[in-house]
Amino acid sequence: MTANRLAESLLALSQQEELADLPKDYLLSESEDEGDNDGERKHQKLLEAISSLDGKNRRKLAERSEASLKVSEFSVSSEGSGEKLVLADLLEPVKTSSSLATVKKQLSRVKSKKTVELPLNKEEIERIHREVAFNKTAQVLSKWDPVVLKNRQAEQLVFPLEKEEPAIAPIEHVLSGWKARTPLEQEIFNLLHKNKQPVTDPLLTPVEKASLRAMSLEEAKMRRAELQRARALQSYYEAKARREKKIKSKKYHKVVKKGKAKKALKEFEQLQKVNPTVALEEMEKIENARMMERMSLKHQNSGKWAKSKAIMAKYDLEARQAMQEQLSKNKELTQKLQVASESEEEEGGTEDVEELLVPDVVNEVQMNADGPNPWMLRSCTSDTKEAATQEDPEQLPELEAHGVSESEGEERPMAEEEILLREFEERRSLRKRSELSQDAEPAGSQETIDSGSQEVLSELRVLSQKLKENHQSRKQKASSEGTVPQVQREEPAPEEEEPLLLQRPERVQTLEELEELGKEDCFQNKELPRPLLEGQQSERTPNNRPDAPKEKKEKEQLINLQNFLTTQSPSVRSLAVPTIIEELEDEEERNHRQMIKEAFAGDDVIRDFLKEKREAVEASKPKDVDLTLPGWGEWGGVGLKPSAKKRRQFLIKAPEGPPRKDKNLPNVIISEKRNIHAAAHQVQVLPYPFTHHRQFERTIQTPIGSTWNTQRAFQKLTTPKVVTKPGHIIKPIKAEDVGYQSSSRSDLPVIQRNPKRITTRHNKEEKL
Amino acid sequence: METAPKPGKDVPPKKDKLQTKRKKPRRYWEEETVPTTAGASPGPPRNKKNRELRPQRPKNAHILKKSRISKKPQVPKKPREWKNPESQSGLSGAQDPFPGPAPVPVEVGQKFCRIDKSRKLPHSKAKTRSRLEVAEAEEEETSIKAARSELLLAEEPGFLEGEDGEDTAKICQADIVEAVDIASAAKHFDLNLRQFGPYRLNYSRTGRHLAFGGRRGHVAALDWVTKKLMCEINVMEAVRDIRFLHSEALLAVAQNRWLHIYDNQGIELHCIRRCDRVTRLEFLPFHFLLATASETGFLTYLDVSVGKIVAALNARAGRLDVMSQNPYNAVIHLGHSNGTVSLWSPAMKEPLAKILCHRGGVRAVAVDSTGTYMATSGLDHQLKIFDLRGTYQPLSTRTLPHGAGHLAFSQRGLLVAGMGDVVNIWAGQGKASPPSLEQPYLTHRLSGPVHGLQFCPFEDVLGVGHTGGITSMLVPGASEPNFDGLESNPYRSRKQRQEWEVKALLEKVPAELICLDPRALAEVDVISLEQGKKEQIERLGYDPQAKAPFQPKPKQKGRSSTASLVKRKRKVMDEEHRDKVRQSLQQQHHKEAKAKPTGARPSALDRFVR
Repeated sequence: MTANRLAESLLALSQQEELADLPKDYLLSESEDEGDNDGERKHQKLLEAISSLDGKNRRKLAERSEASLKVSEFSVSSEGSGEKLVLADLLEPVKTSSSLATVKKQLSRVKSKKTVELPLNKEEIERIHREVAFNKTAQVLSKWDPVVLKNRQAEQLVFPLEKEEPAIAPIEHVLSGWKARTPLEQEIFNLLHKNKQPVTDPLLTPVEKASLRAMSLEEAKMRRAELQRARALQSYYEAKARREKKIKSKKYHKVVKKGKAKKALKEFEQLQKVNPTVALEEMEKIENARMMERMSLKHQNSGKWAKSKAIMAKYDLEARQAMQEQLSKNKELTQKLQVASESEEEEGGTEDVEELLVPDVVNEVQMNADGPNPWMLRSCTSDTKEAATQEDPEQLPELEAHGVSESEGEERPMAEEEILLREFEERRSLRKRSELSQDAEPAGSQETIDSGSQEVLSELRVLSQKLKENHQSRKQKASSEGTVPQVQREEPAPEEEEPLLLQRPERVQTLEELEELGKEDCFQNKELPRPLLEGQQSERTPNNRPDAPKEKKEKEQLINLQNFLTTQSPSVRSLAVPTIIEELEDEEERNHRQMIKEAFAGDDVIRDFLKEKREAVEASKPKDVDLTLPGWGEWGGVGLKPSAKKRRQFLIKAPEGPPRKDKNLPNVIISEKRNIHAAAHQVQVLPYPFTHHRQFERTIQTPIGSTWNTQRAFQKLTTPKVVTKPGHIIKPIKAEDVGYQSSSRSDLPVIQRNPKRITTRHNKEEKL
Repeated sequence: METAPKPGKDVPPKKDKLQTKRKKPRRYWEEETVPTTAGASPGPPRNKKNRELRPQRPKNAHILKKSRISKKPQVPKKPREWKNPESQSGLSGAQDPFPGPAPVPVEVGQKFCRIDKSRKLPHSKAKTRSRLEVAEAEEEETSIKAARSELLLAEEPGFLEGEDGEDTAKICQADIVEAVDIASAAKHFDLNLRQFGPYRLNYSRTGRHLAFGGRRGHVAALDWVTKKLMCEINVMEAVRDIRFLHSEALLAVAQNRWLHIYDNQGIELHCIRRCDRVTRLEFLPFHFLLATASETGFLTYLDVSVGKIVAALNARAGRLDVMSQNPYNAVIHLGHSNGTVSLWSPAMKEPLAKILCHRGGVRAVAVDSTGTYMATSGLDHQLKIFDLRGTYQPLSTRTLPHGAGHLAFSQRGLLVAGMGDVVNIWAGQGKASPPSLEQPYLTHRLSGPVHGLQFCPFEDVLGVGHTGGITSMLVPGASEPNFDGLESNPYRSRKQRQEWEVKALLEKVPAELICLDPRALAEVDVISLEQGKKEQIERLGYDPQAKAPFQPKPKQKGRSSTASLVKRKRKVMDEEHRDKVRQSLQQQHHKEAKAKPTGARPSALDRFVR
């Protein structure tokens, strides 16, 4: 093809030359030197034609040159001219004229405007469109997110989704067109009328209407103004308080505090005269404050400041005084207000008070001593030996009760001790008392064990008396010092008797409860499971009973299989003994033991069991893998073993399994084998949102069957996730369905335009 | 002798002292009648006070409340309180005296909770957490519903209490029979059957029917409440044991050679020759399995619904003649002559557990209805109660003068032991507590040595088979007063029974699911889960759940140069590496600490040891 073309072009060239020859000859006469030029051009053309043969510059054939300095009649050439032709040059006339200025201006304006850019190619345009469309749609669809989330988490979805407005007419409408017909209805209406209840218009009763009418606009305005004023005042007050709080002067604060205390005291005194009941309440508050003080560590010489002072106190008189001051303050604050009991004292004398405390304790004891204690009676009925063994545990509850009551009594002196220790005057009496009480305690407990409880009674009485005395002495002491609470105490108001009277039975109750508690505790102790050494323990003195569980725990660590089976267990003595046994029990028992010993002398059950267990443990251990090849790299043969080094090198140790379940249970072998038949029924794959098996287990731990649940619960647990009403068309969700105002059509213009783009999202919506 | 009201089904019966403390709940419709003196004066003895409170009770009478007879409405657990009357008013202005849902005491609801919240969960994502929350809320709701429905358990268990500390064990059957109503008294009876030797007996699951078989071939079944005889035959062969199958219409009898099955007409339906020389029978009602223990040492499970033998396990411990089932997890307990008790499931060829209980052979085993306690008695004359909740340790031990040959638990946890011709019954503190062996609750002497014992379900009755026949004893408080009408209804008709049969068959539990801890089935099988994970990693070539390698975040202002990125990466890597090293060091330390005490110092010559 190309060769053909070349041939053609050459042919055309030769024809052109022939055509050109004609005028050349004709023009030759006109200019001599031009012929020269012409020949040169021809030569050029030829050269070009030849060079174009190699197929590169074929197009240059159609070259055309424009006007140049060298003008030839035959052709135009731009030879020699370096400059370009400017458009303005064309317009420029030979002479400049002003009329062309406007055209020029227009031309420049045209020129200043940039050329229109190339339009983007199709793919890019589409990409941009897509992006924009996506953003818009995403924004539009994001309003559905909560709906989607809600529907996903919903326990049940009912399709079709339309919300049905419950067609309930307002109750007034229903009632207005309704009349009582049956006698029952009439009766009810009669009742309603009688009680002035609204019948037809049930919304407002006359009282309510009246209350609505009560406040007018004027009043409301006034009220608002009042409120505003109050608020303003409050803000002023707050600002003032803040300012005062910022004052750093200690002296100022001290003065303020003192003033406040004085004022409070004065007010209280006045209140006592005017309104005793309120005063009582006030006093309760003070009591509360005292309690708080006792609970806290304030003024206990334990703060940072106090400690530093304590160091200084040895040398510095001032510091010592400061400490003393603090202590006295503490004492003052923790002083108990003894108004009530004192008033009682003053009226009824000391005897009364004694009885106030003593009787409860005494009554308890009496009850235990000769009252109809079922435990005691029961043990009496059985034979004497049994009684001897059983009496002690039965007495335990009593003991416990005494202990409790005693400790309850002790508690108070203990609390006092803290205060008393700091008081020099009372030190002596305190020492005496504490000694006495300490003496009394062990004596009392011993006596209860040894003999009847009469002694305990007297003991307790003495103790409680001591207590009382102590109280009184303390009170007197307190009264000698003049403090704030003392003022209250010195004026025993007659009204204060009431709370005291109320108080008394309460205390009895608490004592009783305490006793009950003690008994219960003891009881529980007895009933605690005693794994191994129960027999031994019950044979010991019953005094050790309460701390038996502790011992047991220690022992449990070192369970020995030997003593597990050989421990002596207490024998049961039933009322009816099987007829076969006619011997005396002790003898019979001994005989039995002998017999058993003889019978089982040969077979050691325990050793067999231990052996079996050892075997089971061995069998369940993962086996090591030995990869040594005998004779590989060393001599092999009969009687030669691979070297220890080799063996160590090629032994793959099995990983240690989890500890056996019966590791600490010597008397048990628990099989470690897996029940693969049951495992086939277990869940083997974790479902999606769970990452750990325990999380998933927690969700399936509650059974859902009707065997374990009530009918309602069962129905609720097994409701289907999706319910469709038969015969209804399930349409895609609409904005109106979920309470959005605008219709989805206007919201989703992009979707309408090119629905193909968002099919995935659409699908999601439909799946909801 | 006095009685006091029992608080509730599951509240442990307290000593009378505590009971008097409890005030009698006053209903809002009642007038205030008795001035409550409780707690006011501690002076008078407490029992007197009790008498004051309920003077209508005759003194010195043993009053036995039969569970089914006493129709006393249950006291609501917590009387609902009047709330703010203004809060809710109806159309007519009348207020609901009990607004809102009925309150449920927390501890009652707690009883039905199954999620163990004490176990910590690994950190979970928000999505997982929401699922967990839903599950927990569901559990709480269902437990509250269940607790509320306890109100429907109207019946109270019977009880027996001595007056002024009188020993209840001294009360004889005649006294009890005298005190109770006629219908209950009729439940105490003796069948004198001296001719056909010691009897074994079995009650059906509803407690309505009784089957017994004498050693000399006498087999009979009767509706023991109405005393209507269903069938009476003589199989002309020694009868070792007898047991009802799932309903009273089928009877399995272990005869001298083979196991036979009869219907309630006494017609022989099957002779199962694969179960030969059977000594003991147990029926697992939810699995429809009949477990037989034979002289040849085999424990055989027979599926009675399809008639196939599910498993025949060799116990390798000689003759088997002590067997009982754990009603909680359907595990069979076998007692052996070497003092061990082994626990079996048909899915496993070896025992699930073996417990060494006695020095001598085991004579009897019984497991209580909650599956918590096991009582064993052995040739060493000891009676032990074991805890079955994982520890298998004895809780209490007593030596009996003659040793117990037979043991049985009642539905409410009473333990009976047959020793020679005497039965002893011990009671616990309530349903879920072990019987305390200190004082017997009741004792009774029979006309011959005991050969079989069983408490009747849903009746306060103990059936004893002995050489002189059958004795039906009254044991107050033995059984559950409230029965599930859909599950085991004593009053069901034939039609109901048939329907129940179909349902029960549909809900049959596969035999292989029997294991020690049935709740373990609700757990994920971790081993296969991990196996699956490993396989997945192998298949994919990477771990899809592995932590992604650290990628440093790009930063501004030239700090994101390649060098700094690499540096940051290196830092994180080093930190991880350090953690690893630290951990391995710790482990080494642990190991060394363990290994240290053993062995003396190594000798230099050790290297020459071959």
